[in-house]
Parts: sequence; structure tokens; C-alpha cells
Amino acid sequence: MSRRKRASIGTSSSHSGYWANAWGRLKKNKSAIVSLILLILMILVAIFAKYVSPYPYDLQNPAEAYQSPSAQHWLGTDNFGRDILSRIIYGGRISLFVGFFSIFFAIIVGGILGAVAGYYAGKIDNILMRTMDILMAIPGLLLAITLAAAFEPGLRNVIIAIGVAEVPFYARILRSSVLSLKEQEFIEAARCIGASDKRIILKHIIPNCLAPIIVQSTLGMAGAILSVASLSFLGLGIQPPTPEWGSMLSNARQHILNYPHMVVFPGLAIMLTIFVLNILGDGLRDALDPRLKD
Amino acid sequence: MANKHFLEIKDLSIHYKTDSGLVKAVNNLSLNLDKGESLGLVGETGAGKTTTALGIMNLIPDPPGIIASGEIFLEGENILMLNRQEMRKLRGNKISMVFQDPMTSLNPVMSVGKQIAESIQIHEKLSKVEAEKRAVDVLEMVGIPGERFNEYPHQFSGGMRQRVVIAIALACKPDLLIADEPTTALDVTIQAQVLDLISNLKREQNTSMILITHDLGVVAEVCEKVAIMYAGELVEYGTLDDIYNHTKHPYSIGLFASIPNIYSEEKRLTLIPGLMPDPTDLPEGCSFCSRCNRAVEQCKVHNPALVETDPGHFVRCIHYEEGGAL
Amino acid sequence: MASLLEVRHLKKYFQTPSGTLHAVDDVNFAIESGETLGVVGESGCGKSTLGRTIVHLLAPTSGQIIFDGKDISSPSKKELKQLRKEMQMVFQDPFSSLNPRMTVKSIIQEAMEIHKLYGGDRRRQEQEVFKLMDTVGLAKRLADSYPHELDGGRRQRIGIARALALEPRFIVCDEPVSALDVSVQAQILNLMQDLQEEKDLTYIFITHDLSVVKHISDNICVMYLGKIVEQCSTDKLFEKQYHPYAQALLSAIPIPKVGIQRKRILLKGEITSPIDPKPCCRFVARCPHAISLCSEEEPKLLEVEEGRFVACHLQKIGRAVELTVPDADVVIINQ
Repeated sequence: MSRRKRASIGTSSSHSGYWANAWGRLKKNKSAIVSLILLILMILVAIFAKYVSPYPYDLQNPAEAYQSPSAQHWLGTDNFGRDILSRIIYGGRISLFVGFFSIFFAIIVGGILGAVAGYYAGKIDNILMRTMDILMAIPGLLLAITLAAAFEPGLRNVIIAIGVAEVPFYARILRSSVLSLKEQEFIEAARCIGASDKRIILKHIIPNCLAPIIVQSTLGMAGAILSVASLSFLGLGIQPPTPEWGSMLSNARQHILNYPHMVVFPGLAIMLTIFVLNILGDGLRDALDPRLKD
Repeated sequence: MANKHFLEIKDLSIHYKTDSGLVKAVNNLSLNLDKGESLGLVGETGAGKTTTALGIMNLIPDPPGIIASGEIFLEGENILMLNRQEMRKLRGNKISMVFQDPMTSLNPVMSVGKQIAESIQIHEKLSKVEAEKRAVDVLEMVGIPGERFNEYPHQFSGGMRQRVVIAIALACKPDLLIADEPTTALDVTIQAQVLDLISNLKREQNTSMILITHDLGVVAEVCEKVAIMYAGELVEYGTLDDIYNHTKHPYSIGLFASIPNIYSEEKRLTLIPGLMPDPTDLPEGCSFCSRCNRAVEQCKVHNPALVETDPGHFVRCIHYEEGGAL
Repeated sequence: MASLLEVRHLKKYFQTPSGTLHAVDDVNFAIESGETLGVVGESGCGKSTLGRTIVHLLAPTSGQIIFDGKDISSPSKKELKQLRKEMQMVFQDPFSSLNPRMTVKSIIQEAMEIHKLYGGDRRRQEQEVFKLMDTVGLAKRLADSYPHELDGGRRQRIGIARALALEPRFIVCDEPVSALDVSVQAQILNLMQDLQEEKDLTYIFITHDLSVVKHISDNICVMYLGKIVEQCSTDKLFEKQYHPYAQALLSAIPIPKVGIQRKRILLKGEITSPIDPKPCCRFVARCPHAISLCSEEEPKLLEVEEGRFVACHLQKIGRAVELTVPDADVVIINQ
């Protein structure tokens, strides 16, 4: 019914594109907008960490170790007397950075593999997708641990380790989008006017696959941030003294009974970030794919 | 209040609340149907045909839909006042509906015979064995061999599936059958079979029928009365002869002229220019006036009433209103 | 005059898990420049596959397609690109045939971009787009609209403008009006006729709607399960049909008139599967006239009278036999 209705209404003169419409729907979702604002704030804080954080993240001050939250140290200090707030701010930088780039890596690699598999179908499809199935059969974190352990620990390798585990999800999404798009007459129409395969994939297929990719990547980033934290917690991720939420937790673990604030605040930071990303992801899903809500 | 007609719809208005405004899908629709009579409800996409049918079934999705006004009497009883349970009993026993797409109205994981038997059992107190026996009869009645009782919908062709759906709808011998574009998805030779089936069953069981379609050819074959809808309103309503041979409303005239006809030799079709108005923003006056070749200044501000020009022939046009601009 | 397009023994088979689907099976016809050939048939008869094979959206399994005197059955990449400028297609579904993320202008302009028309000058291309929009009856203000904002008729106009962007001589129209409401359908049919006259276009018009095909075509092919069963001029076909399927098909058309009486042939029996068909007449299971020969041998398309070709064992070359249907298969319709 709704499709019919839209068609008959069709004469409205404002040329609202797909993205403008989606934004309009997202704006109506209060929790998603609050999440979006929080996320932007986090990103800004991470970018301008140097100016926002009250202390350098590695400033040790044994005299002030194990302090509870106070006016000087809002979130207290750790066993080396480092300011926890500053470390969380700098840690967020790493988490968001790794989260973003590992997903970026996964989208590029997974997207290309999925698009190729879906577009050309047949044997290529079979080989690529079975490889993805194997990757998917290995628990993501285990895969990341294996990769991280095999290479030297470090930012770049952590990104790759986490990204590889995410690749199959994007490959699958892209492949199924491409398969359903391939059946649409506008792809045939594009071939009919002489468009090359490259043009069809780039101009006609990819723009129509973006919605599910955006939703998945928001949710995937939450997963990736958890993975970084887990890897660092296990000592395979970011190496001290660079602050990272997972390694902060790992470090604080021995002091959990006496100084719970050392554990609580990095934990809260992880939780809040994941929460915000998940709410935003759900909101985006509703906004980008209105059919699901009809 | 005594009602002399089998089905009487009075002043029915159905609206949908959407993000882009209030969609006035059906506006002040009134019509009557007698026992054993068939009415063709004709109109283009978005004219409000299906909404009217859902209204009669009391199946308007709420939200977003609301029945803004009106009454629907079935054998003197206002069915809009019935509660859920009473209505459910009515549907199937007295009113059945056939939808356009036979695949979506059949359960893909249940054999067709079982589906027919089930619908018989819901409405009649029969044992399982008896109901299945009846189901075989029903299948054969619609021209499908009884041996196919245990087959699943996907094993049937499109035409057969639609016949199964009709069989289910008619299994409980309803008094009123509402068929929403029952043959639109079918090929012409298959459509011929299904139309033949519908006319025969209707005659045998003396069922009243509302046939929703955009095809004036189909209506001419199986209906006695025709109602033409435009932008949620009835614009012309009467017997087949009234509508086909004494067409009065400019929209109906335009509709007939724009169909390519295998009997006519004209090389160009006559057009109705423009488009149906947006149902969220209906004009103040006559909703057809911007496309009408007989429009006068007054049409823009005055929405004419449905006037009975000859006994049983109703037209909604200023040119037929008393004291109108004739 | 030589034909603009000729199709010889064209076959298109698809491999399916249950066997080889004979979608188009040994089809022959020719179209003169400027004429419209109607291809009618019911769903699954291969008419859309035929259209797509002719414009090379599908590669033919075997047979020849000759366009303007050149065999184009297996063109090279370069030849194909050149061919795209000559032959275009208008699609059925005004909803799925336009990319929802592109504006009206960019949809029409894309072909000009690909083929670097007007020296690749975007400004000039844009002007041509506006001209085309005007030709097909789209207001200039709609140039930046997205397809979902427009109704079916306008969307189909975009599809037509896109096909015209390369100034082709030949267009395959695949059910271009069957998804539209009647009043809009009339607008599009008239537009297509005007364009044909103005630009001297040649059409293949694929449809299941016999009233539409009668209105627009000069000649008609009736297809049944991948084969042409009857082929002649439109006037001849609507006057008389010699193939039993064509007879039944034409008798089944609903006519929007009252006070007439006519005979309708009701077909019985199941439609034969087009997967690995047996070498017999494909209509035999539903045919009221079938004789034993029909299940043993496939009938050839023969010229039964001047300009009329029929594939039926009951017909002989030059001696068309009028078939009377048994009363049991006929219903009288009073309307």
C-alpha cells in the first residue's frame, strides 16, 4: 500500500534525495540522535585529547597513587599516580581509531570480495564464499588472538587482526545485496546503454548497497572496540605505556578490591561507547531501511 | 431500522494517518447490493478500491487507518459495531475475500486440501474426515482433480492456485464474496477459466459479489452493476447498461476512451490529461476538475453530490446536479 | 527493401537444475524499417527472453541476428558498444528499471557520458537531456527529482528518454505499459507512436495485452512456449486465426462492451513444461483439435496463405483450414 501511496503523491516539488529522507527519519529518533551527539563528542574529545585532558597520560606521580576521585583528579589516579580521566581520554583515541580502521579494512576487503562474488557468480563465488565460511567458523576473537600472537603486537597488526575477523560479514552483506540488485531492471538498463562492469559496480550497485553496510559497520565498530579491549587485556594488543581501555582494565585487575574506581571508569567508558554505537546502529537501520518499519 | 438491501454502505470515509499527512483514501461512499448481485468496483491505482473492500471486511489496519465516518449494514446489521470475535465469525461464514496474489494467501507448508478442510472446519462443525471429504468436493468443483489433495501450493500453476484460493473462499458458502483483482496476475486464457468458474459458482450458490478491478472488460463479463471510483469517491454508479451505454461522468467517459479496444480502428487513443490528485491534499471542489474537459469555474470550489439521474444511475458531476451549470 | 532486423533460427536455452529450458526455440522473423512488430504470448512463452537476446543482454545459444545487413550474433566488445547506439530497450517495471539513487537528469545523461556524445561536453549533454525531457513530456523542473518521487507514468517517460538518449533506430519495448493504469497507459502509447513517427523508429513491442498490441503493431507474432505459432499482419490476425492457440487467446480477451454475445474457447489441460520438451507440438496437451500426429512430430511454421505463417499440423501450405472448435470447449458469453 505504501508504495502505491508514495507513487500517487509523487508530484511534490522538493527534491529530497534518499539520504535527505533517511536523515529526516533519523532526526525523529531521539535516542539515536542523543547517541550520535555523544559519539561525535567522543570523537572530538579523542581528536583534541591534547587540549582536553587535564594531565599528560603518562605523567607518573607516585605520591598521588591510588587516589579516589577528587577535584584534582575527577576519576582518580592509578597505581602509578597517573590521572585516570586523561588515560581514558587518550585510550578512547586508540579504541575509536582501531575500531574505525579495522572496520574500514573489513569493508574494503570484504566489500570487494563480496561484490566480485555476487556479480560474477559461479566458480569465483563458490571459492570466495567458502573461504569466508571457514573464516566465519573460527570465533572472531580467537582468530584475532591467533593473528595478533603470530605477528608483533602493535597498532597496525591489531587493526589487521580485528579487521580480518570482520571481513566475512561485509563480504556476505555485499554479496547478497549484489545478487538481489543484479535482478533489478536498472542494472540491465545500464548494460543496455553500454555501461562497463566497473561502472555498473561503482555507480549502480555500490550506492545501493551502502545502507546495510553503514548499519553493519556501526554495529561492527562496537564489536571491534570490544575486541581491541579484549586483546589488550590479554596483553596482545596495545602495549604499555600507551593507554588503552582494555589494558587499563588488565592493569587494574589486581587492585579491584581495594581501588574499584580503577576498574569501574575504563569499564564504563567501554560500555558507554558500545551502547552508543549499538543504539545509533539500530536507529540507522530504521532510518535507512524504512520498509522494515512499515 | 429496516434495510431493504442485502448490503448497504452509507457515507463511508476511511482515512490513513501518515508522515506526509492525512490520506483520505475513501470519502463519503454509499452503495447498495442485493442478494445474488455482482458489483464491479472500478478505478485506477490509489482510487480507494481495496480500502473500501478492507472496510467491508472490517480489516482496515489501525493504526494508521481509521474509519472516519459511515455505516455498513449486512442484512440489516451494522458490521462496524461488531466486536472482534463476532466479526471473525462473520468473515468466512458470510463474507469471504479473494486477493490478487494467490501465492501470498496460501500457506506454503500445508497441502492445499488440508487448507481447504481447515477453513471448512473453522466455520462448520464437521469431523476431520468429513471436512476432508468436503474439501475434495470443493477442489473438484473448481476443476482440480481430487487426487491433488495432498499437493502443496508450489506444485500448482498460478491459475490453479487462484482457483484454490477461490475454492477456500467459497468453501463455506459465503453470502458475499469480495474479489480484489482476482485475475490480474493471470494470463488471459487462464483468466478466462477463472472468470468462468466465478460466474458459475456465483450463479449456483446465489452469492453476492464485489469484484474489484481496473479492467472494464472483466466487469462487463461477470457483473450486473458497476461503481466507478476516483480519488476515494464514487463518481458514477449504476447498471452495466447505464455505465457502458449511457456513460455520463466525464471521468468514466475518458476511461472508456483511453482503453485500446480490439473492435475500434482508431489509431490514436483519447487521453485523460494529468494525474489523480494527491490523496493527502484533495482539492476543495470536484477532485476531477483539473483533468476534466467539461470543467467550469464553479467546479473548483463546489464538490457536487451524487445525484440519481435515472432510476438506479448515480452521477457525481455538476452538470447533472439540479440547478447545476447545465 | 532489405529488412532492418532479421532473426534466423534464433535459439536461447538456459541450463537449469532440472534440465535445459528452451526459452526461445528456433524463431525466425524480419522487421522492416519504421514498422512495429508485436510479440504476444503468455507468461513464460519466451517473449522477454527473445527481446533481451536481440539487444544482446543475453547471448544467443545459436542462430543469427542480422541488423542492417550485418550479422551481429556474436559481436566483439567494440562492435557491441557501437550496436548499443543503434538498438535500445524500454523496460517493463517503472519501479525497478530506474536506479533509485540517481536523479532524472543523471539517468538520462548516463548513456551520453558513456559514449562521450557531443564531444563529451557536459554542458551540451545537459542541454540535450532537457530537450529529450521535453520530447517525452517531462517538465524541466523534474530534472533533479529522484524516481521514487514520481508516479509510474513519469517514470516510464524517463525510461523512454534514456532509451532515446543514444538516438537509436530500433527499440525493443518489453511490456512498457502493463504496469500502468489505463489512463496513463494511453498517454504512454500515444507518446511512443508520436516518437516513432517523428524519429522513424522501428519497434519490437512485447506484451501479453492483445488490445494494446492490436493498437500499436503492424505485424504480430503469437508465441507459445518458445515458438512462434502464428505470424501475420495485425489486421489479418484479428480477422481470423488459424492456430488453435491463437484462436483461444483472442477469444479470451475481455471486451469492455455490453449487449454483445460471443463465443469463448476454454482451454483444458496443463501447460507443457518448456524444460527438455519432447519433439512434438507444444500445444498438444491443451489443444481441442489434437490428432495423433501432433504428439509425434513438431509442426513447422508454414505459409498457409499469403503473408500468414502458422505452425500447426492441421494446416497446409497455401491452403488454410478454418478450425471449428467442439461445443464442449466453448462457452457463450452474454454481456
